[in-house]
Amino acid sequence: MAELIIIGGGPAGVSAALYALRAGLKVLLLENGPGALARAHRIENYYGVSAPGTELYAAGLSQAAALGAEILHEEVLSLDYTGNFSVQTASNTYTAPAVVLATGTKNVTVKLEGLQRLEGRGVSYCAVCDGFFYRGKKVAVLGSGAYALHEADYLRHLAGSVTILTNGADVAAAQAAGFTVDNRPLQSVDGEEKVSGVTFTDGAALPLDGFFIALGTAGSSDMARKLGALLNGRFIAIDADGATNIPGLFAAGDCTGGMLQVAKAVHEGAAAGSAAIKYLRTLNKQ
Amino acid sequence: MALEVNTNEFKQEVLEAAQPVLVDFWAPWCGPCRMQAPILEDFAKENSGVKVVKVNVDDNPELAAHFNIMSIPSLLVFKNGVKVNQAIGLQSKADLAALVK
Repeated sequence: MAELIIIGGGPAGVSAALYALRAGLKVLLLENGPGALARAHRIENYYGVSAPGTELYAAGLSQAAALGAEILHEEVLSLDYTGNFSVQTASNTYTAPAVVLATGTKNVTVKLEGLQRLEGRGVSYCAVCDGFFYRGKKVAVLGSGAYALHEADYLRHLAGSVTILTNGADVAAAQAAGFTVDNRPLQSVDGEEKVSGVTFTDGAALPLDGFFIALGTAGSSDMARKLGALLNGRFIAIDADGATNIPGLFAAGDCTGGMLQVAKAVHEGAAAGSAAIKYLRTLNKQ
Repeated sequence: MALEVNTNEFKQEVLEAAQPVLVDFWAPWCGPCRMQAPILEDFAKENSGVKVVKVNVDDNPELAAHFNIMSIPSLLVFKNGVKVNQAIGLQSKADLAALVK
């Protein structure tokens, strides 16, 4: 079992890994491709470097691997806490006493009329948290990837019916998993006091009690929120050491907000890695 | 200490209370609710002018439904029997202070 699981293989995650590895910790790093760095044609504002983002990403991972990190290319679906942190991916579950969240920020967002206004009134970002309130009711999940299917699968056991809305994206995965799927593009989320349904751009309406958002992959903020970490808007709130309000849970990089820059991610990763070392040493003494 | 209130007590303890009341709708299985509990206790200690109560939604589903609670923790503020403010999700002590103002 790893002592520290790092979710995310960008500058924040790798930097945390380097510090933890050099302190002798057993580190598992789960990465799912270069997020924001892949969109950086060339990084030219980071100390000593002028290289494409993807090149920097690959160099970081090799550096962590050379120091002994176990690096796995797997998409993380959920993070739970039961004595230890347990990280569920599409194929495995990993446990560790400490976790660093460093997944960056989501590049997939959606702008729908009524969405923000109805948050907590039928619009939800967390099936595990809110599914309870939709027992026997009609819900839909917005998304098309493994994360959306994971959320839909949880709701399937509670809700009366679950429809997956892909908003124009591919329906194959959701259909293969046995869900009712509608791929028509969405126009709005409707309802006064609470959600009454959604309307598609073709004018058709679908009556709903609940509308769960699960676009793209599970983000750090999604995972942190489910565990009960304090957020600053959509970002994770951390102290100067990179610690969240949950003992053993740290966060670094774009997922904590502020400057979305490699330099800031590297700094926060180093802080979170160092804080995780201290936390685990104290834990081992007890 | 936050007072646990059930459906039968809600009218007297919350709606008819003389001072502002902060109500935490929670459940034992909800991770963020467990993190909210100590923050709420802390807030209660430092704000004697505000009455702090908790409603377990598992035990009081009709109360939760009445206030359209569809996500927990949900924190509602009542003044003179009327709901004046509401926040969804884990709230820091500063968030709670702003909510009851």
